[in-house]
Amino acid sequence: MLKFVLQRLATVIPTLFFVSILIFGLQQLLPGDPAIALAGEERDPETIRYLREKFHLDEPLYVRYWYWASGVVRGDLGDSVRIQKPVTELIMEKLPVTIQLATMAMIIALVIGITAGVISAVKKDTWWDYGANVFALWGLSTPNFWLGILLILLFAVQLGWLPASGYVSPFEDLKANLAAMIMPAFVLGNAIAAVLMRHTRSAMLQVLSSDYVRTARAKGLDERVVVMKHALRNALIPVITLGALEFGTLLSGAVLTEQVFTIPGFGKLIVDAVFNRDYSVVQGVVLFTATVYITLNLLADVAYFLVNPRLRH
Amino acid sequence: MKWFVAIAIAFTTTASAQTLRIGLAEDPDILDPTMARTFVGRIVFAGLCDKLFDLDEKLNIVPQLATSHQWSADNKSLTIKLREGVTFHDGEKMDAQAVKYNLERHKNMKGSNRRGELAVVSSIDAVDPTTVRINLEAPFAPLLAVLTDRSGMMVSPKAAEAAGEKFGAKPVCSGPFRFVERIAQDRIVVERFANYWNKGQIHFERIVYQPIVDATVRLANLRSGQLDFIERVAPSDIPNLRNDSRFKIAKIVEIGYQGITINVGKSDLAQKNPLGRDPRVREAFELSLDREAIVKVAMEGEAQAGNQWVAPSNRFYGKSAPLPKRNVERAKQLLKEAGVPNPSFTLMTPTTSDAQRIAQIVQAMAKEAGFDIKIQSTEFATSLNLADKGQFEAYVLAWSGRADPDGNLHTMLACKGPTNYAGYCKDDVEKLITESRTSLDATRRAAAYDKIAQQVQKDRPIVYLFHRHWLWAHTAKLSGLRTVPDGMVRVQGLKMN
Repeated sequence: MLKFVLQRLATVIPTLFFVSILIFGLQQLLPGDPAIALAGEERDPETIRYLREKFHLDEPLYVRYWYWASGVVRGDLGDSVRIQKPVTELIMEKLPVTIQLATMAMIIALVIGITAGVISAVKKDTWWDYGANVFALWGLSTPNFWLGILLILLFAVQLGWLPASGYVSPFEDLKANLAAMIMPAFVLGNAIAAVLMRHTRSAMLQVLSSDYVRTARAKGLDERVVVMKHALRNALIPVITLGALEFGTLLSGAVLTEQVFTIPGFGKLIVDAVFNRDYSVVQGVVLFTATVYITLNLLADVAYFLVNPRLRH
Repeated sequence: MKWFVAIAIAFTTTASAQTLRIGLAEDPDILDPTMARTFVGRIVFAGLCDKLFDLDEKLNIVPQLATSHQWSADNKSLTIKLREGVTFHDGEKMDAQAVKYNLERHKNMKGSNRRGELAVVSSIDAVDPTTVRINLEAPFAPLLAVLTDRSGMMVSPKAAEAAGEKFGAKPVCSGPFRFVERIAQDRIVVERFANYWNKGQIHFERIVYQPIVDATVRLANLRSGQLDFIERVAPSDIPNLRNDSRFKIAKIVEIGYQGITINVGKSDLAQKNPLGRDPRVREAFELSLDREAIVKVAMEGEAQAGNQWVAPSNRFYGKSAPLPKRNVERAKQLLKEAGVPNPSFTLMTPTTSDAQRIAQIVQAMAKEAGFDIKIQSTEFATSLNLADKGQFEAYVLAWSGRADPDGNLHTMLACKGPTNYAGYCKDDVEKLITESRTSLDATRRAAAYDKIAQQVQKDRPIVYLFHRHWLWAHTAKLSGLRTVPDGMVRVQGLKMN
């Protein structure tokens, strides 16, 4: 067991190293001189010279990489040039927001997606099935920002039930926090629910036509037990894998939804940083997200190892 | 009587214990007046940091931290009398020494974005605690106007020394509100400064500035009552808002401009293209455009057509170079004379929707005269870099504007102007620009601008198109709003009824 974990850990370090090179290298491919972008409307030549010197922009790529990487190793991801805040502080500020949004969206997606998928499989070729399919198609084809704006107009402007946008920390006011997060979480969850519904439906259909389900029915088991206990459990495996992948994507930020609802999460942070050529923020956030991904993968591998005895041999 | 007083006090407390919530169109950058770059940053500064001078609705310069000023006989030094008894948010005194420290910080700090504006300042003397003298290398007319913006903002020297480069994370100024917290991309919170010198004019306990990039969402927040005030309303939302008695709209013609910069000498590309090479082609291009129609279509009428670096309503507008009318026939004739009946060029355009719309309308209009324009949509930072290297033929570019016309002219059209992307350099224009900056006499300055306008209209390094309206919307309960053309939200006098 220990050997396995150590083996996996040994691959993590070179992976992170390559990831860091990739992040750094790709960013250099961005057109535009960061010094000019950062020097503001005035673009004073003296200021541009100073910014070049400060960020080592005149030095070769490998030297700049060294400056950055040696900082990262010491736990220093640098400062945001735009607002003079340490990148680690920015990440810590945004992380809880992103995690909460991703979790809420995922719960909504799982509840809607799996329920709709099961119903449409069980009631195949009925109005229930057609309805669920229409819902899935709608969820897949509705752009997030458009749905977001419609929800704002309905629930915030017309009905006045929910705040139009913004974020309140749950530690400050839990009720206000949930009120602010429910619409963006629904918008994000809705799109994922549609994907999950399609997968649940096809997996359920396959399982429902399998021999053991027929046997279970032949035994005279209650249909509800057959569906929920015997069929759904097996059908859920691919759905959970897919859900985990979608959750990973949500954690790296949902740019458009965050923009529309003014949720200060990772997506907005990174997009603003790219446009402002705030290199240390882009590098820091991407590296952090990549590290989280790799760590989660490692944990998943360990979990498989523990759960599946066959892997141990 | 006692209960009456108690109720009156309770009422006053409720009235002033209010929060003003302002929706901004972008997230401001560093909140350090020396380093700051963005327009929205200046809106936040209007609540945080007082300046030596301010502007009124007619762009007159009025005192703020200063009480009066006097130029020396040779116009090479400016003596400023300071307001007495002003303190910074940390309790430090705002006196002549502090002003000297601040101006030197603006001028010398590494990475300062104020250096250019104050380049002409040679030294600063703190004559006595309430008198400061700014000595100049040469007379510089725009100095007072420069001091109405970030160069005139004073921060606490003690706090600035302690925080160094990170001062912007927790600014300490002497304005009506002091900094409380900032959550990047979410909000900036400031609260009333109890020792503000003009506290009678402050009627809010807190201000929360919230950046909401999407104009529709910004408006939805105002409509749902989550915001009291929003800046930059989308022109298409104005008719609806006008019919809603719960809200009021304020409109101001900006001091900046929107135009098309043409590469006339920035790089070799200028000579390779008829537009950069031949003034007749540029004249034809301008004659093919109908500015009023551009304003109507691209801005839904929410702008003032213009052909100079200042709006036609500005006192320094060159009247000898009035707005030209569209004349497609004449444009065709000019192209024929130039030997290029169908000139082709690429119009670089930032990806903002305004700029895209302008480019498309210009493309369609110029086509009627024979121009073949290719639109090249380019992300803003990239487009700036290309402009700086001269890798463009024409570029849709806006300037947010400065109170003094020099701030809209010198940096773009003086030979060594840092944003002279056109690569324009003419001896006579250069001399006139120098004259307009060194003369303190408004009539002489106006005459110089008039001559510059005539020459620039012949050479057309920039085809100016229009001056946008700053469109604000706010709850009808808010009163005391002052509409100053610099687009800043002055909090003094603002009140919720």
